[in-house]
Amino acid sequence: MTNEELQTFISNLDSTAEFEEGPQYLNATIEASGLRKLAEELKNNDQTSFDYLFCLTGVDWPEFMTVVYHLKSTQHNHAVVIKAKTKDRENPNVDTVSDLWQTAEFHEREAYDFYGIIFNNHPDLRRIFLEDDREGWPMRKDFEDPINIIDY
Amino acid sequence: MEEVTSLESQEYFINMGPQHPSTHGVLRLLLSLDGEIIRKVEPHLGYIHRSIERMCEYDSYQQIVHLTDRMDYLSCHINNEAVCLGVEMGLEVEVPERVKVIRTIISELNRISSHQLWWGVMGMDLGAITSFLYGFRDREMITDIFEETCGARLTMNYNIPGGLMFDIHPNFQKRTKEFVEHFKKTLPEYDDLLSNNVIFRERTVGVGKISKEDAISFGCTGPTGRASGFSCDVRKHDPYSAYPQVDFKEILAEEGDCFARYKCRIDEMWESLSIIEQLIDNIPEGDYKVQTRAVIKLPAGEYYQKVETARGEFGVYIISNGAKSPYRLKFRSPGFSNLSALNKMAVGGKIADLVAIMSTIDLVIPDIDR
Amino acid sequence: MLYDFNILTDNIHQYLTGVLPPVWVMLVEMALVAVAFLTFFTLLGLSLVYIERKVSAFFQLRLGPMRVGFWGTAQTIADVIKLLFKESTMNKYADKFLFNLAPFIILTAAVMAVGAIPFANGLHALDFDIGILYVTAVSSIGVIGILLAGWSSNNKYSLIGAMRSGAQIVSYELSVGLSLLTIIVLTGSLQLSTIVESQANGWWIFKGHIPAVIAFIVFLIASTAETNRAPFDLAEAESELTAGFHTEYSGMKFSFFFLAEFANMFVVAAIGATVFFGGWMPFHIGNWAGFNAVMDYIPPVIWFFGKVSVIIFIMMWFRWTFPRLRIDQLLTLEWKYLLPINLVNILLMAFIALMGWHF
Repeated sequence: MTNEELQTFISNLDSTAEFEEGPQYLNATIEASGLRKLAEELKNNDQTSFDYLFCLTGVDWPEFMTVVYHLKSTQHNHAVVIKAKTKDRENPNVDTVSDLWQTAEFHEREAYDFYGIIFNNHPDLRRIFLEDDREGWPMRKDFEDPINIIDY
Repeated sequence: MEEVTSLESQEYFINMGPQHPSTHGVLRLLLSLDGEIIRKVEPHLGYIHRSIERMCEYDSYQQIVHLTDRMDYLSCHINNEAVCLGVEMGLEVEVPERVKVIRTIISELNRISSHQLWWGVMGMDLGAITSFLYGFRDREMITDIFEETCGARLTMNYNIPGGLMFDIHPNFQKRTKEFVEHFKKTLPEYDDLLSNNVIFRERTVGVGKISKEDAISFGCTGPTGRASGFSCDVRKHDPYSAYPQVDFKEILAEEGDCFARYKCRIDEMWESLSIIEQLIDNIPEGDYKVQTRAVIKLPAGEYYQKVETARGEFGVYIISNGAKSPYRLKFRSPGFSNLSALNKMAVGGKIADLVAIMSTIDLVIPDIDR
Repeated sequence: MLYDFNILTDNIHQYLTGVLPPVWVMLVEMALVAVAFLTFFTLLGLSLVYIERKVSAFFQLRLGPMRVGFWGTAQTIADVIKLLFKESTMNKYADKFLFNLAPFIILTAAVMAVGAIPFANGLHALDFDIGILYVTAVSSIGVIGILLAGWSSNNKYSLIGAMRSGAQIVSYELSVGLSLLTIIVLTGSLQLSTIVESQANGWWIFKGHIPAVIAFIVFLIASTAETNRAPFDLAEAESELTAGFHTEYSGMKFSFFFLAEFANMFVVAAIGATVFFGGWMPFHIGNWAGFNAVMDYIPPVIWFFGKVSVIIFIMMWFRWTFPRLRIDQLLTLEWKYLLPINLVNILLMAFIALMGWHF
């Protein structure tokens, strides 16, 4: 599918989606609550069949957080970037996609570890890099660590 | 004292790592075992986590390049290249042909040297210590070339946004050709020592299988994914630098077991040699860099650049808000995704199989921990 | 004719009986033998460690130890001094008695086995009429030491290594015994000196047709496995179990395991040389009196150690070339291949002996 076709496909599924054509990929920003439905459809529909999640990351914006999914289809060779926008910045939560793309299990744990994004229904949501008893979410913009982070 | 009521076997746990000879660094695996048979593998990461991504949010783009070769130190040049290509994409700078060709040659040398080390370590993990020294014998020539080119042997920092730090050394072409000639003679020795050994085949064929669907779902890239039939070579699918102008095969296999992954890497070395041969005599004249501004400010936007490292698809996701540092920078490291498939591959095998699987995934722990 | 060391020992015996009462004669002789063997054992350990390091170095395109002494010859002595001064650590929850006992059991088993080997004509401490049986029996006591070491360390890696080793040695003991039995069919005696004497007109590996060659190959594989050396070093399996059964040992106790490994290697090589290659017997061909007389000029001790070194070299060659087997493959190799081959081979050999086809 071309980017235009993808755009129509996604906006049919999720009317709240906002699009932006980046230098490489089609970016679609949606509400986090609609992510699960969209992800399932993108994965399972034969027209799209996005079976390869090559990057998953959290981003901290001043008012909200986004979880960015870079998706690619090995069959049709097209790619799309889905950005799930959470409502609440302090307690963000998104549905998990780790049952659709198994690699997401680790990547979601990473996003949880650094940003404190809760992935609902994740099978094993624990910190992955940092120690279990650490407090705070070190990649958030307002995280303060006067000893280890020197702001300049 | 507990009374034994039945003779049922019990699972027990072993901490493999953080200090263990075959985890290749400070990876800790929590194994659930039933006798020698593995029931579950749970990786515990973060022993050398340095939070490079957060550091990048405070650094200029030139400084970020120097952090990336501390991640996957075995394919440092390719990592640097990813950041440089990403920044060049943001700046809309077209680098000279000469830079592209030199970057490609050094990337391939880097890939070969990484595979050589992997091959030596793979032999050592399976108990054949001699292969380690054979691998290092040949790798030494490549690190010598690197040293002559830019002064460093491992973490090179040869790339800068806009080109290369220096021009190549006058001896570069001669020594690279010498290496190619030498390695064409010694690469068949690798097959003699390991690939055709009966015990080696017994240890690897049919061990640690992963299907194509699972490989894609786990995001296994590089030789790990290609051994399962997942065509994921970035050099073919999203060519960068001088890859569009060279002729090479993407190595694919169907079996998805340890031996297929092993064979993929060995064959990849042949392909890399052929790429180097095609380019080494055709380095165009010209500048070795484009002058960029001292403080690079990327236009606001998002840039995703992926490259093929020795371990798989390495991605740099830059979100810029127009400042001198990125707003957010994410490294998609191949080792992290490949590691997530470890449990799938290892369950049901023996401890010895786990060691074989880990060495064919070719983990580099700083790449996973970042 | 070959020099008979019995003359020397008889002379010493007669001299001692002349000056001392019989009980003291016995004690002094025991002390002499003990000193001789301990000295030999130490020299053996030192030289084998050096040889192993050099051989491995040449296999791996490097030089090996070069700094201490000429061509690094004093390197092992320096290593021993280092090991002597190292702290002997122990796991807090280890079974202290068994933990300390284990290295000695292994070492004792190795020393006892060396005692029965004839180094030259008349040069041996004990000449049992069941020599082979004794050596195989004693050398397998070592596995008890390994099991104890693994169990008492209170470490899971050690335990896995010890259990592997137990399964492995019990299995491969069969093949060692049966392959030696193949030659015993021809000699008709278990006494090591008689076995050597019976090869005065040619070594068994040449006289025994193909079954002897097969028996030798099986013996070589099985004995490598029995000494826990690569490709059968599953008990240690550095890349899997860190160091297997001796993970928790350090200093001198660790070096006992090390020494025992080399001593065991020497024992199996010596047995192999004695049974298949005529021990100290020079290379003789049937009744070529002239040729045989020339061969006799080379002293038997040199013949013996020459043959042993060849077998040891082959075992080192294995170690520095092959990857390690997995535990199930190891047991498959023994029970599905080596054992049946051995049983058929022994029948074949019995048939040959009955028909009188051997030379």
